[in-house]
Amino acid sequence: MSRRFAVPVLMLLAVPLGAQSPAPAAPPAIQVPFRQFQLPNGLNVILHQDKTVPVVAVNVWYHVGSANEKPGRTGFAHLFEHLMFEGSKNVPEGQFDILLEAAGANNNGSTNNDRTNYVIDLPSNALELALFLESDRMAYLLDAMPPEQVNSQRDVVKNERRQSYENRPYGMASLELDKMLWPATHPYSWPVIGHMEDLTAATQGDVQEFFKKYYTPNNASLVIAGDIDLDRTQGLVQKWFSEIPRGPAVEPVAPPAAMLTAVKRQTLTDQVSLPRLYLGWLTPRLFAPGDATLDLVSSVLSDGKNSRLYKRLVYDDQIAQDVSAFQSSGALGSTFLIVATARRGHTAEELQKAIDEEIDKLRRAPPDAREVQRALNQVEASFYRAMERVGGFGGKADQLNSYYFAGGGPDFFAEDLARYTSLTPADVQAAIIKWLPRDRRIELVVLPEDKK
Amino acid sequence: MKALISVFIVLATTVGFAQQAPNRSKPPALGPAPQLTLPPIQKRTLSNGVGVWIVEAHKVPLVQVNLLVQAGSGDDPAGKFGVASLTAAMLDEGAGSRSALQIADDVEFLGADLGTSSSFDASAVRLNVPAARLAAALPIMADVALRPTFPQAELDRLRQERLTTLLQARDDAAQVAPLAFGRVVFGGTHRYGTSAMGTQATLKAFTTADLRSFHSAMYQPSAATLVVVGDIRTDAVLPLLEKQFGGWKAAAGTPRTQVTLAPQLTQTQVSIVDMPGSEQSQVRIGWVGVPRSTPDYFALQVLNTILGGSFTSRLNQNLREKNQYTYGASSRFDMRLSAGPFFAGAGIQTDKTADALREFFNELNAIGKPVSAEELTKAKNYIALGFPSEFETIQDLASHIEEMIVYKLPDDYFARYVANIQAVTADAVQKAAATYIQPGKFAVVVAGDRKAIETGVRGLNLGTVRVLTVDEAIGS
Repeated sequence: MSRRFAVPVLMLLAVPLGAQSPAPAAPPAIQVPFRQFQLPNGLNVILHQDKTVPVVAVNVWYHVGSANEKPGRTGFAHLFEHLMFEGSKNVPEGQFDILLEAAGANNNGSTNNDRTNYVIDLPSNALELALFLESDRMAYLLDAMPPEQVNSQRDVVKNERRQSYENRPYGMASLELDKMLWPATHPYSWPVIGHMEDLTAATQGDVQEFFKKYYTPNNASLVIAGDIDLDRTQGLVQKWFSEIPRGPAVEPVAPPAAMLTAVKRQTLTDQVSLPRLYLGWLTPRLFAPGDATLDLVSSVLSDGKNSRLYKRLVYDDQIAQDVSAFQSSGALGSTFLIVATARRGHTAEELQKAIDEEIDKLRRAPPDAREVQRALNQVEASFYRAMERVGGFGGKADQLNSYYFAGGGPDFFAEDLARYTSLTPADVQAAIIKWLPRDRRIELVVLPEDKK
Repeated sequence: MKALISVFIVLATTVGFAQQAPNRSKPPALGPAPQLTLPPIQKRTLSNGVGVWIVEAHKVPLVQVNLLVQAGSGDDPAGKFGVASLTAAMLDEGAGSRSALQIADDVEFLGADLGTSSSFDASAVRLNVPAARLAAALPIMADVALRPTFPQAELDRLRQERLTTLLQARDDAAQVAPLAFGRVVFGGTHRYGTSAMGTQATLKAFTTADLRSFHSAMYQPSAATLVVVGDIRTDAVLPLLEKQFGGWKAAAGTPRTQVTLAPQLTQTQVSIVDMPGSEQSQVRIGWVGVPRSTPDYFALQVLNTILGGSFTSRLNQNLREKNQYTYGASSRFDMRLSAGPFFAGAGIQTDKTADALREFFNELNAIGKPVSAEELTKAKNYIALGFPSEFETIQDLASHIEEMIVYKLPDDYFARYVANIQAVTADAVQKAAATYIQPGKFAVVVAGDRKAIETGVRGLNLGTVRVLTVDEAIGS
């Protein structure tokens, strides 16, 4: 859930990066040099210089997401994200955005199960303004948080939910999926956007408690990337962030075991013209063994006209309008989903039969070497493309924070790459057999409502 | 295999010395704005006259090659709305001796991305490829752009795909509202009144001959430009381009169709498009805007930033931050070769639909009054100081160069952009508002739950109100 745009951000952590191929010519190395240090209050800081254009990205991750929410307060991490833009002790309400726009900056925030991130992309001369604003809300948010503030953003978030779910075709199905996949006591079982009644119930007291517990320098990581001088920037970070007191240590989330033991099947109706089928599995968490393999499985299944499912359902049989397969990786666990929408006159059952036949083929025999290499070459190129932009969601600053958060350190690029380069067709086959069983999964069908 | 990436780490030790608390009584002063130095555009020509615009950018080992063709949906003949869009979409469905599946396989194996698409004003084949594989990818790109075969089976497949897309659009108020708005403002016969994809009727009627004839008439060397940006050297890339595109011979082409200037609206008409059960109403308000060639371009950029083109814009502050009727409200001038629409819009919670419409009109009326110096400066700085960030990637650069070519912008356009924005005065904004924002003549389209919103909307007395089914609003 992001503040400005209704983009699903769950997959940001799962951006597959890098894979090597027998390229016609050896690709040149890409360098991501960085400097890392920690302030005495525990704030982790990573600096990266890229002078392509005179732009700087300031990227903050707080290690709190919807998985940290307590029962009856679903959606609170995201609601809190909205409050972070509404002013702090030395930044009157409205000024956060006004000051940044007047400096030529763009800013946004997003929340997923595991983390909340904030991005400010601005001209290099305005770096210190961003540090003032970020540090003021990290230090002094509660000094400027009247109860009516919570009310106003509560209603904005409810409209975000209406726009992204209730009023979007198939929107409610995406909320249902997590409920079916995860046990009710698992924090991934509730939606990041939250239940309407929980949004209604959120109080000023919740805001205070959440801020003190999670919005501490020791639970945050700051990346500054772009057209910067490293020494001067380090000095500015020390100037603006050192006074913020360390908070209590944050206990890691301890989720209950999650496992599907049978087929769970459900049917919903929606105001849509065409049936849609979702198949889902629980899979290894981000960076665990199997996670990268399942990224590759998703490419073999649904990336490009020659991918197994696209070719069968959309290209050859033309029983589906679209099909996609993807591994959504999270810190506590991942899900693998296959989603297909039927063409007029075709049914979800036909889609399911064709999908199962194609997956069975891969259970019996591994994909061709060329299929796997094609997918790996695409992954390699996507890695280059991700190196172009310093700011925004998924830019280099965000990626450095993502690696740091995952525990590998910001220099995880090489290890991440190696996860893919070592994979073989046999690994793809083995992952399908192990992680995508036919008798332990969820099957959700959305059918058109009868027209009134 | 050795790793692609080498990472250098300087792990500084924790800095422990005491810090003076910073002065937070006012925001830190900004230093002088940085100057954006764009790498030069090198203009060359192939032996057949195709222009080549090249920018060397060596940060990442990627190359962007766009073959831009100056023909788009605006050139669709009457009765054949959608032919430009479908022609572009069909280019990579069979070309030269390659099948659709071979093209996809070859391109993906190279780690490349090859896209074919069109807008109202232009069409393009765009290749993004690792620099080491450029030479291998260009022959595929040339086949796709110059030698498409338009196989019947692939046309039938894409036809069904597009008919299904049109069917699915009807499920979504966020798609119904803009389609209905375009039809109300431009009518069913003006090209801008129908989606670029066309209608069910035109899609069902297209033959491979239609696509062939559009391609052979409009995809001509004289209408084409190659835009190359990335990790290449000009002298090294030119022979590659000459080999693949230099032999492209001109045929008897057809001149471009000038999209006529649509007649302007003269009175407010409200259209409620009934979508029962909607939890939000999708609202679009506006009329015929301006062409990209408008002399008021810079004033309109500033005007729209103040009105609805930024987070702190009046519309978003009022409808989202002050009243919480929506997740976000905005406005824009969609500028094309001819005058496209101006519209303001938002998704509004159903029970606030009438209240929100009132606030929309309050803001659309208020923008005609003088804007404050503070608001003007903020808007100009937001555009001007943020300008460098639009040139970060090779795709950013290539798309800006395309804009220069399609709209025939002067060579110093981007160099002078910031100065042109900063030169906009409050008077110019007010004058532009008086000319281009006349709410008393605007069309209003509301796609939502009629039985919940009709009484409130009628109570506003904005103008005549009619209720339409989705079929009536966007055509069956």
